[in-house]
Amino acid sequence: MTPAPEVAPASGPEISGPDEVLSVRNLDVTVGGRKLVEDVGFTIRAGERVGLIGESGSGKSLTALSVMGLLPEELRATGSVRLAGVGHDLVGADEARMSRVRGKEIAMVFQEPMTALNPTMRVGRQIAEVLLIHRTRPDRASARDAAVELLAQVGLPDPAAAAHAYPHQFSGGQRQRVVLAIALANDPALLVCDEPTTALDVTVQARVLDLIVRGVQDRRSAMLFITHDLAVVATACERVMVMYGGRVVESGPVREVFTRPRHRYTQGLIGASDLTVVDDHGRLVTIGGSVPPAGRFPAGCVFRNRCAQATEECATRPEWVATGPDSGYACFHPVSGTGASGTGTPTTQEAGRG
Amino acid sequence: MAEQPTTAPPASGPRSGPVDAITVRDVTRDYRRPRTSLRHPSPPVHALRGVSFAIPQGQRFGIVGESGCGKSTLLRILAGLDHPTSGSVAIDGRDITGLRERQLKFVRERLQLVFQDPMSSLDPRMRVGDIVAEPLVAQGHPNRKERVAELLEAVGLRADAADRYPHQFSGGQRQRISIARALAPRPKVIVADEPVSALDVSVRAQVLNLIADLVDELSLTLVFVSHDLSVVRHVCDRVAVMHAGQIVETGSTEQVYEAPQHPYTRRLIAAVPTLGKALSGVSAADLNRE
Repeated sequence: MTPAPEVAPASGPEISGPDEVLSVRNLDVTVGGRKLVEDVGFTIRAGERVGLIGESGSGKSLTALSVMGLLPEELRATGSVRLAGVGHDLVGADEARMSRVRGKEIAMVFQEPMTALNPTMRVGRQIAEVLLIHRTRPDRASARDAAVELLAQVGLPDPAAAAHAYPHQFSGGQRQRVVLAIALANDPALLVCDEPTTALDVTVQARVLDLIVRGVQDRRSAMLFITHDLAVVATACERVMVMYGGRVVESGPVREVFTRPRHRYTQGLIGASDLTVVDDHGRLVTIGGSVPPAGRFPAGCVFRNRCAQATEECATRPEWVATGPDSGYACFHPVSGTGASGTGTPTTQEAGRG
Repeated sequence: MAEQPTTAPPASGPRSGPVDAITVRDVTRDYRRPRTSLRHPSPPVHALRGVSFAIPQGQRFGIVGESGCGKSTLLRILAGLDHPTSGSVAIDGRDITGLRERQLKFVRERLQLVFQDPMSSLDPRMRVGDIVAEPLVAQGHPNRKERVAELLEAVGLRADAADRYPHQFSGGQRQRISIARALAPRPKVIVADEPVSALDVSVRAQVLNLIADLVDELSLTLVFVSHDLSVVRHVCDRVAVMHAGQIVETGSTEQVYEAPQHPYTRRLIAAVPTLGKALSGVSAADLNRE
């Protein structure tokens, strides 16, 4: 059932492999009886860069927030999230415990750098703060020096002067680099990025992506990278998980998933995002209908109301079919393993209706 | 039509053939910044610096550029919502520069806008039918109801959508509503400002197909502004690349993408991540290299 193939869910929720940094098992997020995330499970090992793609309402951001213990109050997470080097489960851990983990073992970069930074505090002090709170630097002076060094690492010109500036004095891309400097300050075991480049211009996005990838490579940190942009994931990650309707519907190595998708949703998503392929009438491939609001996806296969291949069988939930240690899919009518675009491309043009 | 280079065109070029849908001549727009000193005024911001181009009837014209390049200022000027500091803009050969709001009525009929965020551009307290009918009310159109039904059908919405409110629709459907409203006064030119940037990938293709269909069926001229080069490449025949208030390169879309001339265009195209590039081994460091 669980899309986490290698470990039977019944076995203890401990970190099992020596290299495993993050292990998520049977994660559910619910609000008032509605499931927004259902039975999500995956593992990330040291130095691995894993993408999580999905559209709005797919549950990708809620998955990330659960990992970091930052879910809004009214949402409830159940299941297990274990992090190497942390003796307790992150699901249900209280704020006192989580605040010791956050910023140290797990760090994050969000979409909006302006809201992630304190507008009234000089940038250097904000970086030094994470070092002092987690006592990874003995005193203010050394934390200050480390902050300048981190600003240099993220490529800000004149890092000493930058440390003295306030967030509003930077451009969006520079602010995101400051956020990245804070996130990398304590050499986290896991870096979680939630749409870190979505608000940025293309040339700035290229810069920030490069810095993120280099930052985690230098530290051999694991990375969970959340985005709706397939091309960004393919550029920055080695492995990818595709979420839709609160579930992981397919996962595997980037090349595998993007060249030979098995799940019909993945296939449709790749088709719809490729603007270079058109049919005889110059039309783009589309997926019919629209993404239902969170928690309102159909029972059984969450994609079945938009899927051209759907049959009665799809009203029951498809089992996870493992195709490798970290890859698999959950679909009754998968794309045949041989070609990327089989016979059943998703419907062309179906006007959007609720 | 003659390809307008970066620099200003000759002050008057008598043209042959049909009149261009939009002609922009040497437009500049300066903004004053608030004073920071008692003695000297702040230096002005040059949002547009000598922008010139012409869009023939029926063309799909793309404008790409990053934030702050002046594309939004340019759009506002094209739509008659702002005035250039110098230079002129003509819609269907009629100069709109310096006209008062009342005199701009023909622009409101000929040229309509579709904005990026359908949530903030649709009044949440109005029913969809009234939203789509609003331009018709402004024009004193008879048979508004029929026209609204016709428009909703044209954008692929059910007729009963007219009685509902914008929040009851998904992002893609809301953008269809914006498009229906834009089409209501039977414009000849549609100016779309990042119309698919806020949409999910699986819905984006639907809306792009819809825009393409409508432009074809109604023989519209399309001005399509986007930061997303791949979207512009798909939609447009010709493209202008803007940088720091100037058009640094214009040409047919194919030509600009296949053989970019200006260093900025080259950098921009190189920085775009694509699935194809990524799968052939282009890393984040490579995108950042140019």
